[in-house]
Amino acid sequence: MSTAPLRLVGNDDYGVKIPASSAAPAIESETQLRALLTALSGVDAVGLEARAAKLATRSIKKSTKMAAIDLAISMVDLTTLEGADTPGRVSSLCAKALRPDPRDLTVPSVAAVCVYPDLVAHARSVLGSAPVAVASVATAFPSGRASLAVKLLDVREALAAGADEIDMVIDRGAFLSGRLGQAFEEIVAVKGACGDAHLKVILETGELVTYDNVRRASWLAMLGGADFIKTSTGKVSVNATTPVALVMLEAVRDYAETTGRIVGVKVAGGIRTTKDAMKYLVLVNETTGSTWLTPHLFRFGASSLLNDLLMQRLKQRRGAYVRPDEFSGD
Amino acid sequence: MTEKIPANSRLGSLEYDPAPESASIARLKSSYGLFIDGSFSDPSQHEQFVTLNPANEEVLATVAQASNADVDHAVQAARRAYETVWSKTTGAERSKYLFRIARLIQERARELAVVETLDNGKPIRESRDIDIPLAAAHFFYYAGWADKLGHAGFGANPRPIGVAGQIIPWNFPLLMAAWKLAPALAAGNTCVLKPAETTPLSALLLAEILQQAELPPGVVNIVTGDGSTGAALVEHAGVDKIAFTGSTAVGRLIQQRVASSQKRLTLELGGKGANIVFEDAPIDEMIEGVIDGIFFNQGHVCCAGSRLLVQESVADEVLRRLVRRVEQLRVGDPMDKNTDVGAINSAAQLARIQELTAFGEGEGATRYTSSCELPDKGYWFAPTVFADVSQSHRIAREEIFGPVLSVLTFRTPEEAVAKANNSSYGLACGVWSEKGSRTLWVAQRLRAGVIWANTYNRFDPTSPFGGVRESGFGREGGRHGLEAYLDV
Repeated sequence: MSTAPLRLVGNDDYGVKIPASSAAPAIESETQLRALLTALSGVDAVGLEARAAKLATRSIKKSTKMAAIDLAISMVDLTTLEGADTPGRVSSLCAKALRPDPRDLTVPSVAAVCVYPDLVAHARSVLGSAPVAVASVATAFPSGRASLAVKLLDVREALAAGADEIDMVIDRGAFLSGRLGQAFEEIVAVKGACGDAHLKVILETGELVTYDNVRRASWLAMLGGADFIKTSTGKVSVNATTPVALVMLEAVRDYAETTGRIVGVKVAGGIRTTKDAMKYLVLVNETTGSTWLTPHLFRFGASSLLNDLLMQRLKQRRGAYVRPDEFSGD
Repeated sequence: MTEKIPANSRLGSLEYDPAPESASIARLKSSYGLFIDGSFSDPSQHEQFVTLNPANEEVLATVAQASNADVDHAVQAARRAYETVWSKTTGAERSKYLFRIARLIQERARELAVVETLDNGKPIRESRDIDIPLAAAHFFYYAGWADKLGHAGFGANPRPIGVAGQIIPWNFPLLMAAWKLAPALAAGNTCVLKPAETTPLSALLLAEILQQAELPPGVVNIVTGDGSTGAALVEHAGVDKIAFTGSTAVGRLIQQRVASSQKRLTLELGGKGANIVFEDAPIDEMIEGVIDGIFFNQGHVCCAGSRLLVQESVADEVLRRLVRRVEQLRVGDPMDKNTDVGAINSAAQLARIQELTAFGEGEGATRYTSSCELPDKGYWFAPTVFADVSQSHRIAREEIFGPVLSVLTFRTPEEAVAKANNSSYGLACGVWSEKGSRTLWVAQRLRAGVIWANTYNRFDPTSPFGGVRESGFGREGGRHGLEAYLDV
């Protein structure tokens, strides 16, 4: 016994509606920018965290899990950002990025390797024209405490060394003290320096503290030209969390609906397990929808996550766990 | 980006494979007797009825139909237990039993959740995460009160009332049993509980738990049956207090019947909750809250936010986002852990929802119904939103008790308050705004027992719950909940 589903909603009337033409507002003054950002809807922290927790209870099983693990692998920005990084370590990372499990060629490559600017040239020479991008943090990563000239030089050097993607940090000092114009213009300048290279703008949400700030910084970065907005550097105590990712996904969804331009989201820092990765994919699926379920628009900035994905992938196939040592450490 | 820009991004299009909870966890018996004086017994007339799984119309178990004589036995057992045991048991001792019951509910939580979902049709996610944990929480909370009644604000040594007859609805079967039993037992009363006809199973499982907890025989008796069983309980001269949760129509009948007696009465009846959305509401969380307010438990919630009052300046945007979110709800097998909306509890309830929604279309409201596929068997109703509803429409006035939301608009806070209060009910309201002063201004003027700010359908044992006007009287939960079971 079922009711006749009366459909007054056309197929195109739901989902995220993205206009074909791009119409991002031109920002001409700090006053205008401030008015735009403060007009954004507030975020209710309790409700937001409840929604994120509820989505985390989704149960991902069987073929969905298999597909989601492969998707997650293809979304990884395999990262090493240590003072002690060596060319050898980066070579190893590149090999792993290309063939995460050398014994199983059905495992997809990851999206990119992410290194400091001085190791970009080495990563580029190892990867050559392989379908794995070279991403580099720049703009005085991770603190961003340098002059704009130094930041732009940092970006240009990384690009000259062969970087495909630039992960910049916003000036949190400027943003938090209300100098929105300064934070915005830096992003515009870096975007200008990037040219065709992909620009990911790191908000460092752990330092922005409130969800309202995260929403405003997301819009500020997108208006400034970000191709991706990214949660964190991984260098502070609070990194990516599911509620923060939810706010940022809502921001890219609303921005796409308003302007027609689709911006990606990268979550970084502290994501170590397949279970965590599944939670983020569910968030993407149910907040922005299918369009964003691609490495072009969603990334995980992580290092140890990849091995857990590989382990769970093998477990799904063999029915039993293998030892962690079955996979290379770097 | 070189990506081709799609016109539309389907929400939730990553298909989730079925993730069903196992029905065998329920370990249901094929038939259940009446729980009287500490043990299960056959009904005197040997009459039985079946309880169905509303999701597929399969028979779950056969349950006893209690006759007047059975109700009499139950009340007598409760009276004996009150006079010989329970009234002589100290508060500290009573609290031990309540703690024990709470812990046993937690231990058997998974089994209880499965039984609740099979019998009621609600999604396993809700019975697992809300119904069962809250039921345990109520026993824990009132366990704490049992030896502190002198400090509850009802005098130095408040007395229990005696034998309480408790009639509970089918929408939150175990939780409503906990709401009724926990404060009654803590206060020192004995009980005769009558579960709803369509959802008796979790109460019968609770009876097993009471046995496990070694609660003295007769302190709680559980009689299953239809409306006639409830009527027998209401009319029984040996009952000192009636507590009823259910429809306003039945509540009215009960009040008439106890009018000429010494019986005390508390009623928790229907509602037509208004969820008031101001233009500065936190929009994403508000949409989730509105969805949760009406589609939680298929809308089978007396305090459901079934009327959405939205400020005209944001009405189009809110409706667009709301309809998108409704389309995204996962409707289907209640046992699947990813299901958001389950089955309608009974054929009768489904017929009522269908009747009222048909009326809504006839009255000229614009209907948006989810395109979700509904299972062939069982009782199902696709989540529905009515826009362009006016205050005079039946769907704006009558309780539908189903997954149906009526959307109205307002321009000023005064108009919002006037529309929200223009209802014969007064159970719950929600206010959504980032401006605290306005929220308080509105809340002070709403005539409802419960008002939520920037949230909806949140329950906690420490917080009193109940209505005004045709939504009933008396409070359940919190310190206030004790009053209904004390001689004050």
